[in-house]
Formats: sequence, C-alpha cells, structure tokens
Amino acid sequence: MNPLPITEDDLNGFVDGTLTPERRAEVSTYLDAHPHIARRIAVYGEQRDMLRDAFAPVMDEPVPTELDLSRMIAERRLPRQAPRWAIAAAAVLLLSVGAAGGWSLRDMRPPTSEGVQALAREAAASYATYVPDQVRPVEIRASDRDVLAAWTAKRIGRPIGIPDLTAAGYRLMGGRVVPTEHGPAALFMFDDDRGTRLVMLARPMKADPALPMSPHAEGALNGFAWADDGLGYSLIGAVAPDRLHPLADELRRQIRSEA
Amino acid sequence: MGEACLSSKGDTVNHEMVRLIEPLIPALRRYARALMRERTAADDLVQDCLERTISRWHQRRPGEDPRAWIFTILHNLAMTRLRRTTQRPIHIGLDDADPASFASEARQEDGLRHRDLVTALAQLPDEQRTVLLLVTVEELSYADAAQVLGVPIGTVMSRLSRARERLAKLMSAEPRASRPSPHLRSVK
Repeated sequence: MNPLPITEDDLNGFVDGTLTPERRAEVSTYLDAHPHIARRIAVYGEQRDMLRDAFAPVMDEPVPTELDLSRMIAERRLPRQAPRWAIAAAAVLLLSVGAAGGWSLRDMRPPTSEGVQALAREAAASYATYVPDQVRPVEIRASDRDVLAAWTAKRIGRPIGIPDLTAAGYRLMGGRVVPTEHGPAALFMFDDDRGTRLVMLARPMKADPALPMSPHAEGALNGFAWADDGLGYSLIGAVAPDRLHPLADELRRQIRSEA
Repeated sequence: MGEACLSSKGDTVNHEMVRLIEPLIPALRRYARALMRERTAADDLVQDCLERTISRWHQRRPGEDPRAWIFTILHNLAMTRLRRTTQRPIHIGLDDADPASFASEARQEDGLRHRDLVTALAQLPDEQRTVLLLVTVEELSYADAAQVLGVPIGTVMSRLSRARERLAKLMSAEPRASRPSPHLRSVK
C-alpha cells in the first residue's frame, strides 16, 4: 500500500515534532527524494531555533516587582475607600439606568413605599448595571468572601449572610455594596456553567420588616422578594420563575438557619 | 460558615492560582516582548493580563489548561493594543527596537542575526507573527494555538505555512543594509 501523500501540514508537523514516528519516517523518506523541499524545511527548522534563541534571554530575566502575582492579589484585597467608591457607583448606576435594555424608566413609578416593590425595583437596577459588566461585575471576588462579608456588614450596619448555591449549580462570583433609594445594599452575584448570572440584593426594611416571598417581573427579568427580621431580600435573574423560586427558597432557608 | 473557614477557602483558591500561574509569567513576558518589541510596553501588557487573570479566575472551567487560558487573555489584550497603536501616526521605528532588549546575554554575532530576525518578524502580518511565535517559541500545540487565536486548527496550519514561507523570504532577500523604512511596518 502506498503511503498517504505528504501535505504541507505534514511538513509543518515535521518541523514542530508533532508527527507519529511512522509518519515522521515517511516524511524523511520523501525529503530525501526531494532535496529542494528538504532545503526549505531545513530553513524552517533554523528559523524555529533562531526564534527560540532570540527570545530566550527574557526567560532568564528576574520578574519585575509589578508582576509579582501574590503581591497583586494581596493589594486587591483592600477594598477601596467607601465614599469615593459609593459616588462612582452612584454615577455608574444613574448612567446605566438610561442605557440599560430589557427594562426602562417608563415602567417605573416613583418610590412610594419601602416595601417589596421598591426592593424589587432596586434589585432590577443593580442587575441591569452589574450583570452585563464583563470587566468588573463584582467589586470583591468570591475568593475574598470574608472581606466581602466584613465590608457589607459594615456598610449595611449588620451582617448579611452570603448563601451557597453550589448544590443548585450556581457559584458565588462575589459582590459589592450598591446604592439604593433606601441606603446601601449588599449585592451578591452568582453564575452557572452556562454563564447565567443571578443577583441577590439585601438591605434593611424599616417599613415592612417581615414579608412573605412574592414574585416580581421586569421585562425578561424574574425575581422573588421577601423580608425577614428587618432585612429585605430579592433574588433576580433572566430565569423562568419555576426555576428561580426554589433557589430563592434555598437562599431564605440558609439565611434563616444562619441567623 | 465560620470566618476562619471562609478565609481559608479564599486562600486555597488564591494559592492554586499562584501555583499554576506564577511559573508561566516568564513565558508570558517573552510572548509579550516578541509582540510589543519594547520591554516597558510588554510588561504593562503582562500586568494587565495578570489583573484579568485574578478577576476572572473563578470563570475558568475546572480542569481547563491554565496555559492556553492565560495566553488567550494576553493575546487578546496585545491585539487590542497593537490595533490601537497602528491607528496612531506614531509607530515604533524598526531601528528603535533595541536588539539588547531581546538578546542582552547573547553573543555578538548572534545579536546581529537576532536583530535581522526580529526585523523580519516585525514585517509579518500580526496573524502570521502570532501563530509562528505561539507554535515555535511558546511550543503550544496546534490545538492550543487555535484556542488562543480563536480560529480553527486548519487556519492555524495555513497561517503557519505562510508565516514560515514569508519569514524565509524576508531573511534571505533582505540584507541589513537595505532594510525598509521604519514607518512601513506591515500590518496585514
């Protein structure tokens, strides 16, 4: 049986050492019979060696301080100063209220109560702002969960439980403090393997300290909101209500069992 | 959920990231240097890349090869920056590229050959230069190179062939005395 014809891919594979020993032998035989192609392949081999040599010294240079990964991680742990950050976040929120698709100002009534409606609206505003953010959806990442817990507790004035939804397939991405009409709120973001992001917003509820869970919707967004022990919660996402509801139940169960 | 437990969980994640990523930093610097041709610009790029690595580490699929993953981040940042640079009228002249920044330790005759090589390399279109560097210098598999470049393997192979052919032509046809104008850096 004749060997398969030699292709350009085989020749590249020969230079890069990716061929099986059998194929390599066939290419060698071919090159022996075709000296002008063999010369070209030899040049490619020299090219490769020279390129490696030319850039090899970089590998031996000491890594500059700015590229010390452990140090970079340690520096990122320090949350930014709250006032500057809060102002920036408020500005971002105001800008994106105008820009966000999927829900609009026309659907919003002016805030009339501190009830679940306002909470739901605030959750939708935070969702619209932070979920599409590809660069910095969260301020403090899940790996710094303790920093996140301490920061949100300090700004909201009491500890906010950070639930765990891994059993349901959602990982904690992290969170941040966000401004609402009713003061600072804690935002926690989760995502699953398909990139679906969920937002949980929590803030004090002075008017309605305890409320049963109720569904809310803003365009394609669904949410479930409730209040317990003076804190209001909303879980919101572009997920069907029958899938979101059990997740909200699970959050409430975990937060209650922690309290 | 005790504080101590949470803290150690975060540290474990970070520890894993440092363990997997830190050994790759010299190679990231090398690829960045080859593309940006200037040390400060290259290290700035790597710094951006590491910042993104830290903030996106949780998005990485479990078990995903960290090398192809982080090279993808670096490559995309480099392409964005190079496109921005070439839109501006000021180009880094070929003669401004300090050969010492590539081959500071090399013997002198090697230094000259490397300078020719780096000059020729700079004349390749980005799509050919990147694939050649990823496959030969970084020794990425064709599949990993395809992932980094966001193209099918067949495209990697055809670009690699064209890159080798063109670089060979540039190296044989152009002695150092007749180098083209510094401002005619080829971009596709």
